Amino acid sequence: MMLLIQEQSKQGRRAVAQAPLQKAEITDIPEQFRRRRSANLPEVSEMQVVRHYTRLSQRNFSIDTQFYPLGSCTMKYNPRGANEMAMLAGFLARHPEAPESHSQGFMACLHDLQEMLKELTGMQAVSLSPAAGAQGEFAGVAMIRAYHDERGDTGRNEILVPDAAHGTNPASAVMCGYKTREIPTGADGDVDVEALKAVVGPQTAGIMLTNPSTLGVFDRGILEIARLVHDAGGLLYYDGANLNAILGKVRPGDMGFDVIHMNLHKTFSTPHGGGGPGSGPVGVSERLVPYLPVPMVTRDGDEYHWLTETECPRSIGRLSAFAGNAGVLLRAYAYARMLGREGMSRVAEYSTLNANYMFKMLQEAGFEAAFPERRATHEFIITLRKQAKERGVNTMDFAKRLLDYGFHAPTTYFPLLVPECLLIEPTETEDKGTLDAFIQAMRTIQDEVNTDGELVKGAPHTLPVKRLDDVRAARELDLAWNVSAED
Amino acid sequence: MSNLPTELKYAKSHEWVRNEGDGTVTVGITEHAQELLGDLVFVELPDVGDSLEAGGECAVVESVKAASDVYSPLSGEVTEVNVELADAPETINQDAFGDGWMFKLKATNISELDKLLDADAYAEVMQSEEH
Amino acid sequence: MPFIPHTDQEVREMLEAIGVDGIEDLFEEIPADLRCVELKSIPPAMSELEASQLMAGRARQDGQPACFLGGGAYDHHIPAAVWQITTRGEFYSAYTPYQAEASQGTLQLLYEFQSMMTALMGMDVSNASLYDGASALAEALLMAVRANRKSKSRRILVPRSLHPSYRKVAGNILKNQGIELVELPFDPEGGHTDIGALEPYDGEDIAALVIPQPNYFGVLEDVDALTGWGRRNKAMTVAVVNPLAMSILSPPGEWGGEGVDICCGEGQPLGAPLSSGGPYFGFLCCRQGIVRQMPGRIIGRTLDQDGNRGFTLTLQAREQHIRRSKATSNICTNQGLMVTAATIHMALLGAEGLERTAAACHANTSDLVARLSSLTGVSPRFSRPVFHERLMSLPVAADDVLRALAAHNILGGLDISGDYPELGRAILICATEKRTVGEIESFVEKLARVIELQGGVPCQLQPKES
Repeated sequence: MMLLIQEQSKQGRRAVAQAPLQKAEITDIPEQFRRRRSANLPEVSEMQVVRHYTRLSQRNFSIDTQFYPLGSCTMKYNPRGANEMAMLAGFLARHPEAPESHSQGFMACLHDLQEMLKELTGMQAVSLSPAAGAQGEFAGVAMIRAYHDERGDTGRNEILVPDAAHGTNPASAVMCGYKTREIPTGADGDVDVEALKAVVGPQTAGIMLTNPSTLGVFDRGILEIARLVHDAGGLLYYDGANLNAILGKVRPGDMGFDVIHMNLHKTFSTPHGGGGPGSGPVGVSERLVPYLPVPMVTRDGDEYHWLTETECPRSIGRLSAFAGNAGVLLRAYAYARMLGREGMSRVAEYSTLNANYMFKMLQEAGFEAAFPERRATHEFIITLRKQAKERGVNTMDFAKRLLDYGFHAPTTYFPLLVPECLLIEPTETEDKGTLDAFIQAMRTIQDEVNTDGELVKGAPHTLPVKRLDDVRAARELDLAWNVSAED
Repeated sequence: MSNLPTELKYAKSHEWVRNEGDGTVTVGITEHAQELLGDLVFVELPDVGDSLEAGGECAVVESVKAASDVYSPLSGEVTEVNVELADAPETINQDAFGDGWMFKLKATNISELDKLLDADAYAEVMQSEEH
Repeated sequence: MPFIPHTDQEVREMLEAIGVDGIEDLFEEIPADLRCVELKSIPPAMSELEASQLMAGRARQDGQPACFLGGGAYDHHIPAAVWQITTRGEFYSAYTPYQAEASQGTLQLLYEFQSMMTALMGMDVSNASLYDGASALAEALLMAVRANRKSKSRRILVPRSLHPSYRKVAGNILKNQGIELVELPFDPEGGHTDIGALEPYDGEDIAALVIPQPNYFGVLEDVDALTGWGRRNKAMTVAVVNPLAMSILSPPGEWGGEGVDICCGEGQPLGAPLSSGGPYFGFLCCRQGIVRQMPGRIIGRTLDQDGNRGFTLTLQAREQHIRRSKATSNICTNQGLMVTAATIHMALLGAEGLERTAAACHANTSDLVARLSSLTGVSPRFSRPVFHERLMSLPVAADDVLRALAAHNILGGLDISGDYPELGRAILICATEKRTVGEIESFVEKLARVIELQGGVPCQLQPKES
């Protein structure tokens, strides 16, 4: 067990070289506004801090240390160069309200990135400002709503969402004041077009689709779906979570989508950072251009200018105080420049090659594919329902045992419609040797299930903690360290 | 499965109702429902005095990995809620048909009970879900 | 091939195992007429060196002017250790700690962060962060509306003294849910929200009241009185605070005696570089009683099978991946890496370090204000006490002044006339602990010259008659 930093604190320790050496006296803030007692923050030395957080970091799995085939999350290598370039002193020091005269270099990067993303997605215009995929979704649905509302088409109150969709899709639609209706998936993994026909209509504001879907297949009926929804007066939303699978191969704009968000922390390899920051730029077709969120960058000759509420009065407005996660955008831009034109389609090609190779080899090893007749995209699903039924070892047990073999577990229990599933996404940056080692670990665990199921059910055995009690965590909430509660 | 109390009525959405004979009913979720959800960690109940509609969402039961809405089987006004569940949601896991009751209603129209399932019909619903 | 490790030999073996002739065959399920052609406007690949030369040129192009801008983003010193540790691959390249046993580093750190934020804010519970301060306010208000079961109105009172972008963002995010934001005027002399401004709403059904501290002008609000009004009128009180300021100002958990219901704000002053506005992080704290209405990830302490302490994501049933359309928010990612930096930042500085930093910023701004006030026609716009930021009235148009100063590589404050035309010619200034005496002197001197040139007022560096 590692002590909390709070537990390493000693009252009266003053090892602070990082703050001003003296405390200036404050005479012009009356007592009524002042804090009476100092906040109970740790009192520790710089070395204690460095050692503590370095050691904590070593209790993490990460891309830099482990294969991390987390489906629908695109955990590919985050180039160090992109990080260094985004952290150049000039970029870090730029205040968000700095005048355009002192922002041309930064704005040039954003403008270039907007243009590249337009080309890659086949959309008419791009706004980089949404701070994450979910905020991009919100922006997208808000634009759909603004479009219908401005046309006086206010009877549309429903967004269609396939049952395989990410949970963010229905949640985003609801935040924009819509009801959602689920569309079932057919047995082959494509959206059930007949079911869609039955529910699409004058109340349909739009449909939110991920293609390739979270089932790891490319929906072959996409043009039919687009036609059906458009004919009913609805718009098409593309969830770009799986853009890595088709980068440079197919463009959402060409599939008929009206609005798309991209997850730069997936496709453009910016760091996931233990849960963020992400970045969720949105691209739109012609009819939604006026509603794009601000700010954006425009170019006039050699000069770059901001587009804000003033220049874009019909915009859905701004969604964060400044320009979104600018530093993430710079990383994505640096990455995109290093990939270049020829590198874009390679992303799709090699991520798809890796996924199909694993898909095949795991089936050969006896694992059951959710959609065996289909070609895998950049990810695929296997289901462990047989193991669960026959051996009482479930997907979570399998996932935890993989940790013992030094692999981060794939996504578990998502999508919700495949029982006992593992969603596996190797990404293009992994080599064959790593994939083979993972496949071998899966075989080994399968053998363990057959010979010593308890070993698997008790996993993990080699990590800093054993299986954690989630039920206790939720029933007996302990969300913050409190000195009086100790001992 | 076989020991469904026969004096109770059931809804397809896995609630049970006991007619208290004085115009009020007691409502909870079934043994089968708690099994599907697993260890419960939180129960959100209606407020006393709320008026509920038959089929309307009125409570939420949460496990670690799932949350389920509970639908009121009848219309009526909430007269009492099981406050013990706030600190001990696991009571529903332990005794779904007894101490794990959720709330009591003064029914607007007690004949709505007739639209609900008896134990045999509910057993069939559970059966069909198996497949 | 950049970042792709495959050898030709391996590719052949893999294709053979799959049973196809070439990689293109793997895309056979995509309708042929959808396949895209060349990406004409994407430039060819650059080496790391070429890309870094391009980026270095652009970073240099923007210069590193002396920054007297605040307005929600502040130029603080960040200890060297903060980003050296934060960019360790184990933090940098991990994802959301869904597999708790393989993520104890991130999880324990987030629990420590939650503990630090509750201590700093005087609140019961903190989440593990949201996108930024403005969107955190929007989430806080949605939460307040959900949590306020007594209110049916969906009306929220928002002071005009709150950051204009925060008001815009909250409006943009809330408007589709039928929530109405009602603006409260500020006192034209004091720059604060006078309790009298709330009188028209006494006894009305109000879902929530927003209370900034300090407000956009740097002015300190009567937080105790405002919090008390909220409680009497059964409105949820939502504080929006600068976390650095909370090291020396009364924390939201103590306002009006019992404290506010929810507090949120921009975490940038805790270890995030200015970086053009992001990534920063929003923080959100609340009373224990309404924790289940809280959006975003929350870490809880628990035990493992052997009874040892460990940390895990908890209360996940509120979140979109389980609750879908009924989730408390659509939020999925947080700003984990920024929170990593903030946690290390707070651990290094401690309460004492934060207090010294806050005091140094305040002293520097006070010094700047005093010197600027010696110029003819320049004076503080508002009379009430401030923290580390102040609105100054000018004798000439703000945009002209700022443009001229920028030409001298000084970012001399914010022109707020767009958002507050009623305040006339004024700039919002802030001198953090990083501004040197030399920079402050240079600012004053250049401003004097600019005013003289533009307004025809004689240069006046001597003290005014008092």
